[in-house]
Amino acid sequence: MRLSAIMRRWIPLPGCALIACALATPAGLAGAQSPPQPAPVVTEAGAEAEEAVITIDNFTFAPSQLTVARGARVVWVNRDDTPHLIASADDLQAMRSPPLDTDDRFGFTFAKPGTYRYFCSLHPHMQGVVIVH
Amino acid sequence: MPRKDDTGRRQVLECMLWAGTGLLWTVRGGVPRSALLTGSAQAAEAEAAADLAFMQISDSHIGFANRPNTDTAGTLGEAVALVRQQRERAALLIHTGDVSHLSRPAQFDTAEQIIRGAGLDTYYVPGEHDVLTDGGKPFFERFMPGARPGGWYSFDQGGVHFVGLNNVMDLRAGGLGRLGTEQLAWLEQDLRGRAASQPIVVFAHIPLWAVYQDWGWGTEDAAQALSWLRRFGSVTVLNGHIHQVMQKVEGNLAFHTAMSTAFPQPAPGTAASPGPIRDLPPGRLRSLLGIARIRQVQGRQHLAVVDSPLDA
Repeated sequence: MRLSAIMRRWIPLPGCALIACALATPAGLAGAQSPPQPAPVVTEAGAEAEEAVITIDNFTFAPSQLTVARGARVVWVNRDDTPHLIASADDLQAMRSPPLDTDDRFGFTFAKPGTYRYFCSLHPHMQGVVIVH
Repeated sequence: MPRKDDTGRRQVLECMLWAGTGLLWTVRGGVPRSALLTGSAQAAEAEAAADLAFMQISDSHIGFANRPNTDTAGTLGEAVALVRQQRERAALLIHTGDVSHLSRPAQFDTAEQIIRGAGLDTYYVPGEHDVLTDGGKPFFERFMPGARPGGWYSFDQGGVHFVGLNNVMDLRAGGLGRLGTEQLAWLEQDLRGRAASQPIVVFAHIPLWAVYQDWGWGTEDAAQALSWLRRFGSVTVLNGHIHQVMQKVEGNLAFHTAMSTAFPQPAPGTAASPGPIRDLPPGRLRSLLGIARIRQVQGRQHLAVVDSPLDA
């Protein structure tokens, strides 16, 4: 898949208005940091979506490669006593969490299929990938 | 092989590093030296001979409150108190970054207030923990007035040219610290035309030499910067970030990293991650705030390092 195609998929499209709104506002980000909602995430198609958790421990993403279905919400949880910051490896503007202190969470909904490389922008040797089918 | 006069210059390069608190740096005849902050015979000797002296603290991480140190403000305060004791023979203080843990205004407030107690002009460079919000602007405005917009600057004092660099921003996946093309272009211009006899002190947060790539302890585009520094007779590169003393000499370039005032980190590759060393027995933290005596041994290329804890 071409890089430009991947990068475009990070950006919520008009058709994903609900998601775009949630991602574009500080309130949306703050909400993303709260503990995972028991209620399923609603995608633009109105279908129930899965949620997957990536744990950060000892400067490592686990799992380092995660495969989810389109529309899934991925939540990173920082178990380190060192802050980490999740950022897209290919386009820093596409996904960027606030600094995650110990036990902070960051959620991101992957609306389009693709391969999304990410890293910790504070400790760039920490890398992972989310594959969306 | 170094020239004979170079060897002689390094023979008098003798450093006493006090891990965890601060260093007294002196420049005599263009030769940077460092001494521990407590009153020792060596420090007194350095004081008597000093033309220019300055202090370094690093990695205060105000806001960190986990094992092994739940009072980082307290340990910074202790370090600053020792700096203050030496202020009569120090021209300035440098802080090599990670002033705060999370770039929060309250953390900046606390650090600024404590460090002001040193009674010295203080020159900062950012650590990656200091630029987490708004592209680093809050840190630059508060701690680096007069710096270039990207967070770097230079100045002269006592005949020494000081260069403060920012290598903690716009980092790339899988990469190391990074200076970037704009800063490199500025540095080349800043150094151009300076006499090779002028002592240079470069300070930046992440080491400008490859300490341990697996943990990101290095700067990926430092080689270019160092290439412009090699023509100078005396270049001292001071860094923090790795929370332990390390030293390397490359020709006329001497690299030093300072210890943190907050917590120690493991030696490269000795732990699963570079996170704080948490499992210290009670009382062990301050025993890590020891000294290292680093000196040139005649006939040897590299400096000898001898570490001595303050509290066995």
